[in-house]
Amino acid sequence: MSDIVLKLSGIVKSFPGVLANDHVNFTLKKGEVHALLGENGAGKTTLMNITFGIYRQDEGEIYINGERAEITSPHRAMEYGIGMIQQHFSLVPSFSVAENIALGLKGSKISPKVDLVRKKVKDLAERFGLNVNPDSRIWQLSAGEQQRVEILKLLYMNAQIMILDEPTAILTPQEATNLFKTIKEMVKYGASVIFISHKLKEVLEVSDRITVMRHGKVIDTLKKDEVSERILAKKMVGRDVVLKILKKPSAPKKVELEVKDLWSRGDKGIYAVRGVSLEVKSGEILGIAGVAGNGQRELAESIYGLRKYTGEVKIEGETMRPLSVVSRMKSGVAYIPQDRKEVALCGGLPIYYNLFLKKPFRVPEFYLNPYLFNSSRLKRPSEQLVNEYLISTSSLNLEVKYLSGGNMQKVVLARELSLNPKLIIAVHPTRGLDVGAIEFVYKILLKARDNGTAILLVAGDLEEIFTLSDRVAVLYEGEIIGYSKPDESHLEEIGLMMAGVRKVKK
Amino acid sequence: MRLKIEKRNESASTLSVLSMSVLSVVVSLVILGFIILSLGKNPIDAYIQLVSWPFGTIAGLTQSLISMTPLLFTSLGLVLAFKMKLWNIGAEGQFYMGAFGATWGALFLFNHISNPWIMLPLIALLGAGVGAGWGTLAGVMKARLGVNEILSTLMLNYVAIYWVNYLVYGPWRDPASYNFPITAEFPKAAILPQYTANGINLGMFLAIAASFFVYYLLKWTRFGFEIDISGDNPKAAEYAGINVKKMIVIVMAVSGALSGLGGMMQMSGVLFRLQPNFSPGYGYTAIIIVLLARLNPFVTVVVAFLFGGLIVGTQQIQLFLQIPFSLVNAFQGLLLFSFVAGEALLHYKLRWLKA
Repeated sequence: MSDIVLKLSGIVKSFPGVLANDHVNFTLKKGEVHALLGENGAGKTTLMNITFGIYRQDEGEIYINGERAEITSPHRAMEYGIGMIQQHFSLVPSFSVAENIALGLKGSKISPKVDLVRKKVKDLAERFGLNVNPDSRIWQLSAGEQQRVEILKLLYMNAQIMILDEPTAILTPQEATNLFKTIKEMVKYGASVIFISHKLKEVLEVSDRITVMRHGKVIDTLKKDEVSERILAKKMVGRDVVLKILKKPSAPKKVELEVKDLWSRGDKGIYAVRGVSLEVKSGEILGIAGVAGNGQRELAESIYGLRKYTGEVKIEGETMRPLSVVSRMKSGVAYIPQDRKEVALCGGLPIYYNLFLKKPFRVPEFYLNPYLFNSSRLKRPSEQLVNEYLISTSSLNLEVKYLSGGNMQKVVLARELSLNPKLIIAVHPTRGLDVGAIEFVYKILLKARDNGTAILLVAGDLEEIFTLSDRVAVLYEGEIIGYSKPDESHLEEIGLMMAGVRKVKK
Repeated sequence: MRLKIEKRNESASTLSVLSMSVLSVVVSLVILGFIILSLGKNPIDAYIQLVSWPFGTIAGLTQSLISMTPLLFTSLGLVLAFKMKLWNIGAEGQFYMGAFGATWGALFLFNHISNPWIMLPLIALLGAGVGAGWGTLAGVMKARLGVNEILSTLMLNYVAIYWVNYLVYGPWRDPASYNFPITAEFPKAAILPQYTANGINLGMFLAIAASFFVYYLLKWTRFGFEIDISGDNPKAAEYAGINVKKMIVIVMAVSGALSGLGGMMQMSGVLFRLQPNFSPGYGYTAIIIVLLARLNPFVTVVVAFLFGGLIVGTQQIQLFLQIPFSLVNAFQGLLLFSFVAGEALLHYKLRWLKA
């Protein structure tokens, strides 16, 4: 057995309401690149934050070079030779590259020896192909270059264990290729690298071993030559059968939503949706399957008018203006976003406000005076909704932030469905909910479908797609790579498409 | 043993909020007492003086009410902005700009108007308008460019104060003032109705009326509802179809308008002429007032009255006990600190953990 530089054993970490790491075991060998693969929220970053001393584990031990280590802070972690590049860089924008590297050094006195650092940085940059001018100021550099500075920082500190958290998310394909070269170069010099990602392709390209995480647990650790993208996709998404709900065959009618050649950029400025065209008819559920981060969120936000796009979005044949949520609301579009707490709810306001966040002024039958507002008139309809959607709360005045995740989602559902929408965009509508709440959400969505609502469902969980949708489209790198039928016999096909293999056209 | 800070998982009750506010006042008074002691004075004496004159005599009470007026206008402006979590620190500057606008109207633009019923609304509009403009400036910078409103409003205060200084030392100085840096006195038509010889004027009643206006705006209009949503979660506001950027600009404008109106009332009701440093920091005191009043417009009236008394009382003990007036600033600082600390304790609790 080759020597193990890092061993995590039985790591448990819970946050209020979430078990982020559930008895996780993980090993890193000297000189290997070990990928940590999983969906967003699978617990990868939490695990690495524990390793780097940002969080403390609730249970479990960390061993470095066979010895038990107490990592209480990032500072301690660095003393153990662990370095981490986080998704958000920790650089001082107005300092030069060399100054930034000197800043993090141990034992630097009042005036760090920037000159000395400069020279060594130049050497390192040359050796590892990290092309950066040590005198440039950070704010002048592109994201890719800033990342190189972060890597140089680790190299300078002579980190033996390097953790890279989704390093390619901000890179262009060329920059990513360069990064992989650098990683291979670093490994040659004896460093070990943990590479966090949810992209299958790059994981296979760069790593020696791959650990797949799901719902806070390690599913499997595999050698690179044992696996293919398809196997990884399956392991990552999983098929934990939660519950089975029978649904009637759909009766699709007229086209409710039509999207034509939609292009939209992600938060980091790179195109996340690349020319998507799709149609959803009333009375059907179109499921969008795919590994997270392939443009699902951007697609949904564009259709709802929260994100800029080019291309066309038509609702009931009417072309919508980009970035106009109001026009969507008027056309009867409801939206269940993936981050309900961040986007769909006002945590500090009472339930009955949240139930009518949209309704009072924008929906005709509720039209109060357009300028005046009478909160007491919301109470009675709120009471009805609370009863109808079985929201368990002590009072209508309770602030929403004190509700459980399931009840929060019920508030969102109650609000969105009480608008009698013609189209529902639901993104990960059951994420983080327990089985009972999931079943409730499924039933509600199916009932809406049976009443003739068109539903665009984005989900990471294939089981959810199978349970709910009438058609399945697979999104891969911002494109719809193919359609399939939502049943078990097409699992293989869907898995292949999720991994980027196009369906052969007959 | 290790101290751990934990989030409380229910909202604070009205009682604990109230007792926290009272406690933070008491704590500040105790600390202030030690400061007074270190000046060689008896803090008990000082506190008796501090309270007895402004609240115990008719003359003192009148003065307290007069100094309540500018405090109340600026505070109400801040209530609106703070509701939306826009940290407008610029009430002071908006107040100055309002006074500038009123003076401009009274002495230069409309000086031929002799009917007060035309003159007063005109200069009130002008004062409020210039104050609104000053607030809008910070609002637009925030909405368009993401400039932090704390910094922009704070810096605009200095611009406003120096602008007024420039005018009264320069072009607007009254030739008949024996070289004092003051403008000419307002014409009769530009002076608010006075009800007592010692200065109770219409401004005070308008300030109280303004608190009803702000309450109505926040509680009973769509605008108030949208302020609630945008303040609590701007992302959810966008999601609900509210144009948050527009809200930022409008709220800053209304907030500035109220402070500006305060500046106009101070000119037309109390001072009658523009002069340098005519505000002992009303706009800053307003920040503490609204925090203590927890952004409730009616409680704000009460707290503003108490602070008006505090200013009057401190002037009193300065006279009789030779304690410096800057003590009032020290007290406000202490109060802010203990209030912020108390606020943290309402949301978090401390627990000792055995290591």
